[in-house]
Amino acid sequence: MPLFWLIMIVLAVAAAGYFLGRQRALASAGGNTRHLHSLPSYYGWNVAMKAAVPAFLLLIVWLLVQPVYINSTVSGMIPDRTVADNASRGLVMAEVRRTAEGLDNAVAEGTMTRDFASDMRADITDVTQRLKDAGQIVTSTVTQPVLNAAQRYRVMNATGTLWMSIAVIVLAFAGAFRGLREAHSDFRARNTVEQGIRAILIGAASIAILTTVGIILSLVFNTIEFFRLYPAWDFFTGLNWAPSFSGRGGSSDLGVLPLLWGTFYISIVALAVAVPVGLFSAIYLSEYASPRVRSVAKPMLEVLAGIPTIVYGLFALLTVGPLLVSVFGRDGLGWMQSGTAVMTAGLVMGIMLIPFVSSLSDDIINAVPQAMRDGSYGLGATRSETIKQVILPAALPGIVGAILLAASRAIGETMIVVLGAGAAAKLSLNPFEAMTTVTAKIVSQLTGDADFASPEALVAFALGMTLFVITLGLNVFALYIVRKYREQYE
Amino acid sequence: MYDAPTPENRVTDQTIKFSARKVQVYYGDTHAIKDVDVDIADNTVTAFIGPSGCGKSTFLRCLNRMNDTIDVCRVEGDILLDGEDIYDKKVDPVQLRAKVGMVFQKPNPFPKSIYDNIAYGPRIHGLANSRADLDEIVEKALRRGAIWDEVKDRLDAPGTGLSGGQQQRLCIARAVATEPEVLLMDEPCSALDPIATAQVEELIDELRQNYSVVIVTHSMQQAARVSQKTAFFHLGSLVEFDDTEQIFTNPKDERTESYITGRIG
Repeated sequence: MPLFWLIMIVLAVAAAGYFLGRQRALASAGGNTRHLHSLPSYYGWNVAMKAAVPAFLLLIVWLLVQPVYINSTVSGMIPDRTVADNASRGLVMAEVRRTAEGLDNAVAEGTMTRDFASDMRADITDVTQRLKDAGQIVTSTVTQPVLNAAQRYRVMNATGTLWMSIAVIVLAFAGAFRGLREAHSDFRARNTVEQGIRAILIGAASIAILTTVGIILSLVFNTIEFFRLYPAWDFFTGLNWAPSFSGRGGSSDLGVLPLLWGTFYISIVALAVAVPVGLFSAIYLSEYASPRVRSVAKPMLEVLAGIPTIVYGLFALLTVGPLLVSVFGRDGLGWMQSGTAVMTAGLVMGIMLIPFVSSLSDDIINAVPQAMRDGSYGLGATRSETIKQVILPAALPGIVGAILLAASRAIGETMIVVLGAGAAAKLSLNPFEAMTTVTAKIVSQLTGDADFASPEALVAFALGMTLFVITLGLNVFALYIVRKYREQYE
Repeated sequence: MYDAPTPENRVTDQTIKFSARKVQVYYGDTHAIKDVDVDIADNTVTAFIGPSGCGKSTFLRCLNRMNDTIDVCRVEGDILLDGEDIYDKKVDPVQLRAKVGMVFQKPNPFPKSIYDNIAYGPRIHGLANSRADLDEIVEKALRRGAIWDEVKDRLDAPGTGLSGGQQQRLCIARAVATEPEVLLMDEPCSALDPIATAQVEELIDELRQNYSVVIVTHSMQQAARVSQKTAFFHLGSLVEFDDTEQIFTNPKDERTESYITGRIG
């Protein structure tokens, strides 16, 4: 039974359960809602919840477990001899799955009878030919073990799906039945539904957390794998970044320092742009601007945050780069070779970060109590004196937090760097030279035909991990500072 | 401890510090202050009393142009300080506020050290030529604020770490440090406990030696205890303005009488 219909049936059971549960509860109270513990709809929801939730949970678990189980059973059928010819068992299993799918589709289209598809002694060349005729993708001739495995795969899949459908539907009915039996005026349906909602919310929160944990774990394992192939000492202290594209390890220099330097250099340029501009605009908006100007200017500034970074990258490549070249390039001061440089990417990234700094700082400056301003004005201070000596010191921890958050954005930024800063990993102090960052190199190491067993590809995970640790540290530090600041006034 | 002003406290003949004529204040379309005429004498404590929302704080804030910081607020009429119109175009409100200090309802020390809190005003206005000068100004202000003995050993401690009463006296000392001629106090004791209130009231009485003090208060006992002159505001108008003793013993207007006896407000 297709998955769609299965889901539909469960939902239908739940919906029917809702109405029946409502009715039953009402009937048990003699049609008077005042005699019920909860509103009638709560009894309905209780039934619907008990029908749908366990059934869907079972469905999800079954869908996750079944392929794993079938894979392990079927791959046992393939003799080691066949695998040795090919690169890995995984590839053979992919072939098996493709063949099985081909057979399925061929049967569905009617070019092959059901019996023929499951015939263990079918002629291999005939099967291959028929599959090709049916327009199914088969790489080469289907070998005997692959065909057998594919046939077995089909059978197991079919039975598995059948049993799954039965189990899920039975569970849905059982749940609905249980809910219906509870639908009585004394039952505290309201509290039960409340608990169900709580469970849903907890589930949502844990999905986010578990995903983070999963990402970290995948990074950690791949990083460990990388350090097995490439010495960690060389990675962290190497001054040269020169991955070889053809070689299999050994010939590549994978020193992270040039990339980290590029990352920090570009981030510093970006912050040098974003912090003053963002902070000053925040001060203007919160202290000087009239409410009308503020109501227009603030959203407009925040629009900057909504521009996709690739658009900023185009801006860097097509506008800022050529502009800088015309001033600092060969025709001007002669410091700049081409449009892609630290300065180009840094300036554009700085513009991207302005709304982060200004919006957060604006909130923080507004959080400084009006009493502080009154106190200062009452002593005969001007606005800028008040801002410089009272408001900024009071808001400073929060502003530092905002800047650190902007810094971790800058460090993680990719597209602007790819388009604006070039691809050369260099240790140089000249801001008009092309450099590259950790993120840009992760992209270039993983795009194209990446063999995930080579250090050239695995280095991406080590780079990602390095970056993650740095930004995590910055974020934790920023949160710590912001939190400490909050305690001051509340 | 505090009673109605004793005869020797009473003021007989002083120079007029503030003179307000036909003052009107509008918040947008709301007419908050109507036709207020009042003369505030030097070396006197003048109390503004009246029910909430009667405009006494608004009027107080007109005296040092703090209302300028509110966009929708508009002030009409004449307010003269030593014979000069403070709403004249020539007058810089920032300079005016140095001359007319203000203490607020809630103690609002800056999140700085005690020393820096006091030194803030003198530094801005360039009152000290040297560090020693500044030290002297700070000590003098803290002594005037009757808080020197409590904080002299911890001038580097943050002002926000003091108790509520100490914070308010610190704020008074901070206002005094810029050597103002008039001190405006907007319900300075409403956030304080009775003991701290008594200390601040005692301080207000001492400050009268050097300044003209205007105090807005909700407590009629406080007005009776600390002031020599009392103005009663009601619904944006000045109902009665006279010697404090007169107001509390023999009010002319029946609204004043109703208020001080607790029938309205």
